Amino acid sequence: MSQAATTRGVPGAALGTLLEVRSLSLDFTSPKGRIHALRDISVAVPKGRIVGVVGESGSGKSTLAYAIIRLLAENAIITRGEVLLEGDDLLRLSPRQMRDVRGRRMSMIFQDPMTSLNRVLSVDDHMIDIQYRDSVSKAEKRRRAIKALGHVGIPDPESRIRNYPHQFSGGMRQRICIAMAMLVEPDLILADEPTTALDATMEVQIINLLKRLQSELGCSILFVSHHLGTVAELCDDVVVMYAGEVVERGSVRDIFHQPGHPYTQALLECDPGRIRERTRRLPTIPGNVPSLLAGEVPGGCIFKDRCPYVFDRCQLERPPHYTVVAGVDEGRADGDDTLAAHTARCHLRDPGEASRDRESRDIRQARDKAAGGHP
Amino acid sequence: MSVLLEVEDLKVRFRSMGMVRALATRTSDPFLDAVCNVSFQVRPGETLGLVGESGSGKSTIARALMGLNPVHSGSIRFAGNELTGLSQRAYKPYRRDMAMMFQDPVGSLSPRLTVRSLITEPFKMHGMRDRDRDAEAKRLLEMVGLGTDFAQRFPHQLSGGQARRIGVARALALDPKLIIADEPTAGLDVSVQGEVMNLLARLQEELGIAMLIITHNLNVVRHISDHMAVMYLGRFVEQGPTEEVFYRPRHPYTEVLLSANPEPDPDARIQRVEARGDVPSLVNRPPACEFHTRCPRARQVCSQIDPGVSSAGEGHVYRCHFPLNSEHDASKEGGVRQER
Repeated sequence: MSQAATTRGVPGAALGTLLEVRSLSLDFTSPKGRIHALRDISVAVPKGRIVGVVGESGSGKSTLAYAIIRLLAENAIITRGEVLLEGDDLLRLSPRQMRDVRGRRMSMIFQDPMTSLNRVLSVDDHMIDIQYRDSVSKAEKRRRAIKALGHVGIPDPESRIRNYPHQFSGGMRQRICIAMAMLVEPDLILADEPTTALDATMEVQIINLLKRLQSELGCSILFVSHHLGTVAELCDDVVVMYAGEVVERGSVRDIFHQPGHPYTQALLECDPGRIRERTRRLPTIPGNVPSLLAGEVPGGCIFKDRCPYVFDRCQLERPPHYTVVAGVDEGRADGDDTLAAHTARCHLRDPGEASRDRESRDIRQARDKAAGGHP
Repeated sequence: MSVLLEVEDLKVRFRSMGMVRALATRTSDPFLDAVCNVSFQVRPGETLGLVGESGSGKSTIARALMGLNPVHSGSIRFAGNELTGLSQRAYKPYRRDMAMMFQDPVGSLSPRLTVRSLITEPFKMHGMRDRDRDAEAKRLLEMVGLGTDFAQRFPHQLSGGQARRIGVARALALDPKLIIADEPTAGLDVSVQGEVMNLLARLQEELGIAMLIITHNLNVVRHISDHMAVMYLGRFVEQGPTEEVFYRPRHPYTEVLLSANPEPDPDARIQRVEARGDVPSLVNRPPACEFHTRCPRARQVCSQIDPGVSSAGEGHVYRCHFPLNSEHDASKEGGVRQER
């Protein structure tokens, strides 16, 4: 594929796609006018894989997750696009039909485990409630719930199931939420920053738990996070979002080893965990996220105001998803990681701009050398 | 260089149950120790990083230093003056020299005040009404890298990073000798996080302010602090020069924290040391070494004898029976095996 991949037919779609978001656009109404929060988003989640959505706050990554499961705020309007779950467009379902999808084919883990559990109900009530569709006895449902709690590592689940959410620590509560999400054996789990509210040691435990459960149940996970480290560790494929657009997508190795979009490159450089040498000057991305108000969304490339390699074409023409051609350090034995095609919305990835791309690479190398940072 | 802040055996206790309940249940000690015998020093122009998980007592230390929490025992000496036991009135002058940046950047700013009023509020509080407030606002905004047009804005018109800068400006207003920053980067995106840390580093270099940075983000501590202390259940389990603690940690908890930091590299298969289970409650503090319930290296002695403080040279101290990266490792292990 030498020219731009179109937004129709998302890469990876042919290989047993479970969920496919096609050209999704979403607006929020506000007193100041419409906010174009998502613009032309295409994402594919293959069966049995973990897809990470990364981006900074305001990039629309959580909005995407909520749009998929249709739990949006009232002022959200989907203006365009499709959300296909094994070929069925979820956006066309009636609220009642959508209810059948939620908690059966799809479930969600939220950011804050305290607010997503009802504090006046015991864990027992929560976990029996969620199985309301199954026509088995309550005792059987409780037995299943206890098994699920044991599975996510809650010690002594037989007695602890009678406890209330406040009697558990943050990590334990998130485990309960995961147990509930898994209990309905969904095909897809949407995880919206499930580790953000947790401490580092708990975060690691939850990541390992998600990994284990995913391989046991064979479900797919859409993992929304701003934490690059957890995404690198957990996900198979990665989608990078900036200001309501997907700017880059590819396998986790492609994204972290050969980022094709200047935003992804800058984001990775900013992570202090990447900088081996001790430094008092941390890299930043100068400038601000553009306004997404109707009429104020900049034309051309969305990242142009903050991009170090910007040129005239970026001002006028919105870049399509170009295939990122692997660079010099190619030749790793990656095996199954070739599932997701690596594309980026950047004109530098246009084969016609190869000379300009070489220039930008030189700039980057010179800067890296000056900063004494990572190779 | 002389010491600016010296804390010795600081203990902060909170009541864990009411008097009636304590009587009824015959609890002789109805208190929990949020901060337990903590000692440290900060020299002028130096940065100390305090790390630990939530509930480890980091913020309680900060509040105790500012006189916002009662101190049960121990001493806090600031520039040679004892601060414990002072009345609120007597404390006030010291709060000019010690400025605090609170955790929630937007929540700690009054939504009804403009940025100009917010950053010049410290002058009003400390009876310096004669200062030219407009000039001061301009000076402070420039110092933290914001334009003077920010003076008329309200907190809700600021982004997270800008609100942090206002927090820094407020802290700087009275030319303090020490800034206590409680989670200065929490809730900020990585690109903005760098901005705030660079600002603090620059101001420290220019003004020679000492800093106490409280954070759970180890990456931040590594780049900005000279010394660091690792807290667990209200105690310092390890303390020393940042490089030493990072590259030659002695306490297993430090190692657990360090390896709990996921690498932004999918090929990095780090040898992860995981702590079992959950942080115990402060009400039921485990006996002897408090980390033994979760420690990957715990042995029988750990639950019986308090390890006490050991030194690994150059101000690097830790509390552990079986420290890592230690030359005595082999001999000590052998000794215990014989005991069994």
